[in-house]
Amino acid sequence: MSQAEHLQVAPRIDRPDDFYQALIDTHRELSDEQSALLNAKLILLLANHIGDRAVLAEAMRIARDGIA
Amino acid sequence: MLSTYEFPEYSYRRSPDQDAAEPIHHAVIVVGAGPVGLAAGLDCALQGIDTLVLDDSNTVSVGSRAVCYAKRTLEVLDRLGCGQRMVDKGVTWNVGKVFFKDRKVYEFDLLPVKDQRRPAMINLQQYYFEEYMVDRIDEVDGLELRWKNRVTAVEHSPERVQLTVDTPDGEYRMSCDYLIAADGANSDIRAMLGLESRGQIFEDRFLIADVVMKADFPPERWFWFDPPFHRNQSTLLHRQADDVWRIDFQLGWDADPEEEQKPEKVIPRLRAMLGDEREFELEWCSVYTFTCRRMDRFRHGDGRVLFAGDAAHQVSPFGARGANSGIQDADNLAWKLKLVLDGKAPDSLLDSYSDERVFAAEENLLNSTRSTDFITPKSAISRAFRDATLLLSERHPFARTLVNSGRLSVPAILSESALNTPDEDHFAGDMLPGAPSYDAPIAIDGEPAWLLDQLGFVFKALYFSDDVASLPDEELAAMAGLARGDIPVQTLIVSAAPVAGGELPDGVSAVEDSDALLRKRFDARPGTCYLLRPDQHICARWRALDATRIAAALARASGQ
Repeated sequence: MSQAEHLQVAPRIDRPDDFYQALIDTHRELSDEQSALLNAKLILLLANHIGDRAVLAEAMRIARDGIA
Repeated sequence: MLSTYEFPEYSYRRSPDQDAAEPIHHAVIVVGAGPVGLAAGLDCALQGIDTLVLDDSNTVSVGSRAVCYAKRTLEVLDRLGCGQRMVDKGVTWNVGKVFFKDRKVYEFDLLPVKDQRRPAMINLQQYYFEEYMVDRIDEVDGLELRWKNRVTAVEHSPERVQLTVDTPDGEYRMSCDYLIAADGANSDIRAMLGLESRGQIFEDRFLIADVVMKADFPPERWFWFDPPFHRNQSTLLHRQADDVWRIDFQLGWDADPEEEQKPEKVIPRLRAMLGDEREFELEWCSVYTFTCRRMDRFRHGDGRVLFAGDAAHQVSPFGARGANSGIQDADNLAWKLKLVLDGKAPDSLLDSYSDERVFAAEENLLNSTRSTDFITPKSAISRAFRDATLLLSERHPFARTLVNSGRLSVPAILSESALNTPDEDHFAGDMLPGAPSYDAPIAIDGEPAWLLDQLGFVFKALYFSDDVASLPDEELAAMAGLARGDIPVQTLIVSAAPVAGGELPDGVSAVEDSDALLRKRFDARPGTCYLLRPDQHICARWRALDATRIAAALARASGQ
């Protein structure tokens, strides 16, 4: 990926309702602890797919924004 | 006492210094005969400095403590003349395995660059390591080790350091030009100077047990996260010499250190791990906590007191970065002291000791702290990410790069050092200014040998050539001139072709790059020239031999 790349925040996912349902379904029948583990695995997989630390840092900033 | 090892008892001997009317002066006094003090003493003496080592005990380290000695340490010990004995006695290993719950998830090779004389690591009990260095000290002229000599007072001035030393015969006084404080994590010298080592205490406890057993496990580092025999904690297994195995159990902060050291608590833990069938004998155990901290600077006391090893910086044990980094401190310091004591380099060269080793300590602390955070997650989410990483690592190589069971000691690349000459020419590869030199096989008169064994205690120019016989006389004359300088630079010609007879000037020698690995590792072409410091770190490199540039780089590397 090029260095100038930014986190893409414009809509990109085709049939977003399907994606959202799939995300929630992935957690079906899991305890909170299991869900936390699944989420962690998911984040690691996606982070490696993105592979650009500047983009990842931007995502972390945006995700944290307004929480605490 | 231990069943596999008998602690030597070194006798206190009265020194003539104790009867002198005036305090006797030594160039360098080293306080502390642990691995770092012994290495510093040996290195200084072998550089030709009048050196004295003091220790308040009369034996080697009781209990095993440090276990893993890294390739770089072995290379330093080779230079000091006691590497082979360590390797012969120690257990050589290159492979680490990581287990999560009930299965192996990942395996790594610590030595990606092969064809070097020394392995990534050996495991050896610290008492052997120290004993062999003490034996080596006995062989070295101009070096004395005084047991049962405890420093009780230190005074410093811009001119010298004065010491008061307590012995079984009472106190006496000495002075020295430079004092090396290698007296360990709880350094008395540091306290006497009113100095501090600051950092972080980790709220966790670990049980280390040395166990004698016959087992055919391969000589590898095995690390378990959350194993069935020790749930929710980590365990580490290492093989040492004499069929002694080091097992390290994480206990958590709430564990009672007194209680946990009792054999009736320790044996069941071992039994759970090793199975009911395995015969073993508990040799030694201890419960410890650890601290990650360092001094702000390693040079103090009017610039005449230099701190090294745990006295200067302390890390967690994950990564084997304690003793190994301390040996690198000694390696960094001795040649600088020699140049300064001989009046060939300004006193400010010793500031670079602090600068370079603080840089290395920061790197070690960072690595060690990160390992600790991975091994002992401090929150539920941190644990979720840790476990997720381990689960993914079984199938997915990317996750293996995130698994951190200790980033095992590699020497610091002193890339920020003011002693380096920045590159003017383009180079690829790892041998950048600040890096310690790779080793490689070579041939001398057709016989196999190793590069690092040829480097010695002085600055070296590595000069790459197709054929020594074709070198013009003016280049050989330039090399001869470098060897005659105030600070000599010896040249090692690395020849692609076999080296035929023929006379070379004094201070110039030639080796054959017999496996064509040196030219690859150094990204060298005919004419390429590297300048190496006496501690084998690269400080400059060029695409052609230019005596003027070498002289300038030498001046820079010696603090001028």
